[in-house]
Amino acid sequence: MTQATAPPAGAAIDPAAVPRRFRGAGRPNYFLRRAGFYLITTLIAITLNFAIPRFMPGDPAGALIRQIQITTGAPPSGAEMAAIRRFYGDPTSNLIGDYLDYWKALAHFDFGVSVAHYPVPVADMVLQALPWTLVLIGSTTFLAWIVGTLAGAYLGWRPGNVLDSVALPLSTFASSLPMFWFGLVVLWVFGMQLGWFPISGAYDPDVPFQINNIWFLLSVVRYGVLPAAVLVLLGLNGWLFSMRNVMVSTVTEDYVLLARAKGLSAPRVLLGYAARNALLPNVTGLAMAIGGVIGGAILVETVFTYPGMGLLLQQAITGHDFPVMQTVLLMLTLIMIVANLVADLTYGLLDPRTREVR
Amino acid sequence: MTSGFLRNGRVRAGGVVLAIFVLVGALRDLLLKWYGVDPFSVDYDNLHASPGTNGHWLGTTISGQDVFAQLIAGARGSITVGLLSGVLATVLAVLIGVTSGFLGGPVDHALNSATNVVLTLPSFAMTLIVAGYLGSAGGAEEPAIGLVVMAILIGIFEWPSGARYLRSQTMSLRSRDFTMATKMTGESTARLIVVEVLPHLTGIISAMFLRAVVAGIFAEASLNFLGVATQGTISWGTMIANAQTQGALTYGWWWWFLAPGLCIALIGTATALINFGLDEVTNPRLRTANRAVVRAHARKARELQAAGDAA
Repeated sequence: MTQATAPPAGAAIDPAAVPRRFRGAGRPNYFLRRAGFYLITTLIAITLNFAIPRFMPGDPAGALIRQIQITTGAPPSGAEMAAIRRFYGDPTSNLIGDYLDYWKALAHFDFGVSVAHYPVPVADMVLQALPWTLVLIGSTTFLAWIVGTLAGAYLGWRPGNVLDSVALPLSTFASSLPMFWFGLVVLWVFGMQLGWFPISGAYDPDVPFQINNIWFLLSVVRYGVLPAAVLVLLGLNGWLFSMRNVMVSTVTEDYVLLARAKGLSAPRVLLGYAARNALLPNVTGLAMAIGGVIGGAILVETVFTYPGMGLLLQQAITGHDFPVMQTVLLMLTLIMIVANLVADLTYGLLDPRTREVR
Repeated sequence: MTSGFLRNGRVRAGGVVLAIFVLVGALRDLLLKWYGVDPFSVDYDNLHASPGTNGHWLGTTISGQDVFAQLIAGARGSITVGLLSGVLATVLAVLIGVTSGFLGGPVDHALNSATNVVLTLPSFAMTLIVAGYLGSAGGAEEPAIGLVVMAILIGIFEWPSGARYLRSQTMSLRSRDFTMATKMTGESTARLIVVEVLPHLTGIISAMFLRAVVAGIFAEASLNFLGVATQGTISWGTMIANAQTQGALTYGWWWWFLAPGLCIALIGTATALINFGLDEVTNPRLRTANRAVVRAHARKARELQAAGDAA
């Protein structure tokens, strides 16, 4: 689950099942239907976020209030008490009223206050962590996908040659490495033993924190190299396998034969003819893989003490900081829904059959 | 078909590695007795000793516990969680996927929508949060119960991709002639599924089960690493987590975290090999023999091109 930045081989290659589902007289078009699905999924996710603390054994809200009393020496004020009950359940109030209040609070971007860093608003903490994760996940997912897909296309172009028979076992092994463990090893070798890269954080604390400062940006890159490398190196293997396996079937198709016989250059036949048609499963796979990417980011951020959502979540869980936990989960879910939507729309653009309404 | 699987070199190699690990887990007590060091006993004279010191094959931890003994003991914890969660995930995937694909109509629509919604939720983050709540509720004081709870948690979030794949496979099996023929004889739906559909899915289901087991082992290790797992048990995940939190990286005690991670990677690789083997047997196009086809194809292209140039 955590490792699977790529979908299981079988599930990804399922092109036949996709288009058929989307055909049907009188149904709204593909894009509208997908948007509708994600809207409903978002409602379910927000509802789940409301429900999880309420269905857990014990009384999380009560535990929270006690914890605040222990850390600060006094019980939280009436307003804060009400806020905690609103987010984590009050056995004495009615569920529907709570649910409406919960939506009202979300509409005002009110996510309560942190317990571990009482009384810092959770929204502030999340806003600080969010950009780091978005940049880390965004860049590494894109890079892993591109590198894996291109490498897979190349290997599938000449299956069984020397490169293919070296790369495949290596890639199999790499995709079997536990991500957090590989992160530890990389951190130990390149951060501690060789001292080439910083071992924690996301930027140089001695450089002023300015987005338009080149030295600050360079330090961000330097601090991001190790965590990004781990995510890319382990993330690209799934794409490599699925692309290679589809390519192997594509390269012997007649239209590839024709392109070659016409005397087109090898790169042109490879990319323009064979790979183009082998690409679709990797695009649907992208949507399914986002969950694994988020799981990987949580682990990698924890290993490298990278100040993103994953580290925030891990610290919130070990510190029993429920308000932060809930909000991070909600944000990660929203990121995943948006990423899925984007991947779906891309797929719709690439494959006209999905848009077909007959 | 079965003999085809067993004759495949990759399936064999992977199977042997997996069998060794399962044996280690099963024969834990015997192996520990033979090795002669208890995984929990503390050797005060050999704290964080490097491998090979005074009979500690893989060295010791910061508190003088034997790493090799812990590795053996940890195999059972890791494999147990993997197997339990794998069984749960596979059963759920088969129940939901096959029912959905075979019945079609509103049942299919509902089940398939549910599957897609779960697929769109960040499963690992959810598992982590629920594990965090359960830990805080003090529901994991008994280590064995903690392991089972963890396995259930992991299994519950592991089924959707499998269900989706089985659904599409079942849909195609449903419309085949042999299923139709049996349907004519008036067999019940349940019997049709068991007799006509499931036997054709055994290869896929077993590959799915293996993947789910490995995913479970990975998830257990990851959750342990993040500090939400059960206390009082040894698993490879807890070994790595302890190594990290107790300064193994800072002081360079690599032997403490290297071996458990490699064990997990070996199980993952073995499973991937078996799955590749299964793919090769079921999908002949992927076989290495395909090399010849690809070469012949390239040769034909060259000939055609030469003929074109000459003309």
